[in-house]
Amino acid sequence: MSLHVDAGQRTRAPMPPSRRHVRPGPGRSFLTWLDLKAAPYLLVSPYYILFLAFGLFPLGFTLYYSFFDYDLTGTVEWTGLGNYVAMLDDPAFWRAVVNTLAMFVIATVPQMLLALLLANALNRRMRGQLFVRLGVLLPLVTSVVAVAVVFTQLYGRDWGVVNWILSWFGIDPIDWKAERLPSWLAIATMVDWRWTGYNAIIFLAGMQTIPKDLYEAASIDGASRRRQFWQITVPMLRPTMIFVVLNSTIGGLTLFAEPTTFYNGNVHGGTTSQFQTVSMFIFEQGFREFDYGYASAAAWLLFLLILIGSAINFLLIRRIGGNK
Amino acid sequence: MIGHSRRGKLLAVAAVAALALGATACSDDSTGSASGGGSSAAAGPVTITLQTFGGGKNFGYKEAVDKWNAEHKDIQIKYDNLTDQFEQVYWPQMIQWLQSGAGAGDVVGIDEGGMGLAKAHPEWWADLGEYGLQNRKNDFAPWKWENGVTADGKLFALGTDIGGMSLCYRRDLFEKAGLPSDRDEVSKLWPTWDDFIKVGHKFQDKIKNTKFVDGTNTLYNVVLVQEAAKNGNVSYFDKDNNLIVDKNPAVKTAYEFAQRISQEGLTAKLRNFTPEWNTGMKKSAFATLGCPSWMLGVVSGDGGAGPEFKGKWDVAAVPGGGGNWGGSWLAVPKQSKHPKEAAMVLDYLTGKDAQVSVFNYAGNMPSNLQAQQDPAVQGATNEYFNNAPVGEIFAKSASALQPVFLGVKHAQVKNAIESVVSAIDDGSVPYSQGWQKLVDDAVKAAG
Repeated sequence: MSLHVDAGQRTRAPMPPSRRHVRPGPGRSFLTWLDLKAAPYLLVSPYYILFLAFGLFPLGFTLYYSFFDYDLTGTVEWTGLGNYVAMLDDPAFWRAVVNTLAMFVIATVPQMLLALLLANALNRRMRGQLFVRLGVLLPLVTSVVAVAVVFTQLYGRDWGVVNWILSWFGIDPIDWKAERLPSWLAIATMVDWRWTGYNAIIFLAGMQTIPKDLYEAASIDGASRRRQFWQITVPMLRPTMIFVVLNSTIGGLTLFAEPTTFYNGNVHGGTTSQFQTVSMFIFEQGFREFDYGYASAAAWLLFLLILIGSAINFLLIRRIGGNK
Repeated sequence: MIGHSRRGKLLAVAAVAALALGATACSDDSTGSASGGGSSAAAGPVTITLQTFGGGKNFGYKEAVDKWNAEHKDIQIKYDNLTDQFEQVYWPQMIQWLQSGAGAGDVVGIDEGGMGLAKAHPEWWADLGEYGLQNRKNDFAPWKWENGVTADGKLFALGTDIGGMSLCYRRDLFEKAGLPSDRDEVSKLWPTWDDFIKVGHKFQDKIKNTKFVDGTNTLYNVVLVQEAAKNGNVSYFDKDNNLIVDKNPAVKTAYEFAQRISQEGLTAKLRNFTPEWNTGMKKSAFATLGCPSWMLGVVSGDGGAGPEFKGKWDVAAVPGGGGNWGGSWLAVPKQSKHPKEAAMVLDYLTGKDAQVSVFNYAGNMPSNLQAQQDPAVQGATNEYFNNAPVGEIFAKSASALQPVFLGVKHAQVKNAIESVVSAIDDGSVPYSQGWQKLVDDAVKAAG
């Protein structure tokens, strides 16, 4: 309120017109410079300083040490591209890459579709709208580890609920941690349980920015709700979708907590690394085997993987809706 | 602020502990919640953090620590058991703390598998000789003492427990299966591992929902140490720290035994020291378990089978003769702010009284010779295990135990090998490829 009053007074107050044309003195010029040129940079600098310290520096540091044979409890030796060459030939690394990509696809595709449908349903008028919309977000509030612990119990081989239910249909108990595909499915459900609601809310926010008259016009032209959804909602949501998909790509390719907790906090990801992701591989190399150089190189390859994955997804999403 | 409230809490803990003296031992929860209270003392007590690992009752120090804390107002021990997994979680974390110079406790437990590396890094440890612990030499068997001395002669660790070997079994289930359940008769059932497997089939013919053994890993380790004793007391590394996994017949024999019990369907396919394994004990998923002395505490602890199965377990002789699996040391990291007090605590915990208390509380066989000779150990029975004469079972063989040499990278290699030994059991590695994978992964882990 007071701000408004101030502003009103200032406009009414006579402004000395000459002021603007007078060249300011040296001291004043510094203050003006500070105010106009430096202040914006100072104000945004905390972010950049933090980014420099916790983002860019580790990035460069990791790159530097990825060229070394760096054993925490032993030697530090320059190996050039040795780590990268060894890694491209390391079946354990590729196994982790396959696991990561498979879990990403298994988790993300149904998650996106489900979130979209969920958002569309939430976008209609209904009773207790706020309650339902908040309810969708609830899984996000629970901690990842709690989710993973509960799901790990559900997917227990001997005493898990899922195998018990499957047994009603005559299906033999599945060893969710020993077989590759079942383990991926189990972890994908954990990820989806947690993130589907979150993505639905973001989609919902995107949907609410779509002008209503588009739908009205379509209705008058006789377009069904289904048609409206695919022809209006989905294409208009493209910017939101790009954000959500890129976010999911980054999250999915750096998956760590769920699969780690699924194997009792062990980053090996199953007896033969059935569900070890690349992040877990990095952690294992760095903090279990103490091969920091190798882990750094793996981190950079993961970075590349994310860039490629994001680019592909970006191109795919951009094609949605065809026109433009 | 934080320091202040912690100090208040500690005083409260000390006060409650003092009140509880002579009465029943109070649980951590009740003491922890009784915070607040007037903190009038100017200089707070020194807190010595004791970090250990292991399932169930782990190092078995609970009663010994309670007693110390009640008697020493100025030095309080904070007993922190970090995890039940040594190779996979505890040791890698500890190495980072030791290397970075912060995070480790004042007194830390080290499993035999970590001692090779610990010895190779004298710079990590405080010199216990500075605090007068050289005079403890006669308390220990020479090998237990020497393993706590670095190459340059610095004393950095004292022994706490030693392995010893037995076989735990569920007497109630044996009875149900029509097998003898008396421990002497059970011991006579299986002089060799072949006999053990035969008994296993007999058992499983009668009992449908319980497998004979937990998984491949526990008995693999039992057979490995037995065989190592026959092959020059080496397992994965020779005494020059060369990897000999593919050359040491002990490893091959142990692996083949593990494969055999898995192939013949005697395992519940549970990997030891996992939540599923703990649940398995509570659900009677298996009837026998390879039991070094410290395993008794794992089984009887709340995390293991727990109080519900008290009196249902018993202890018999292990097929194939004794062996020495496991056994730990305590050391004081150099980064400790109170090395003098930490050394006092270490001295106490490895001393006769505390070790007798550990044996009676958890079952871990003391490495302290005086404690081994103590009538309270020699004549001890374990109530949880149907009053088995554990003193006789473990103490008798304790003096004859031979140390198995473990290389600098033993923990990493062990971890890699045990993954494969578990993988043949859960079916993710075919039996035909198991041995080759074991050797390959061991080479990679050692590299």
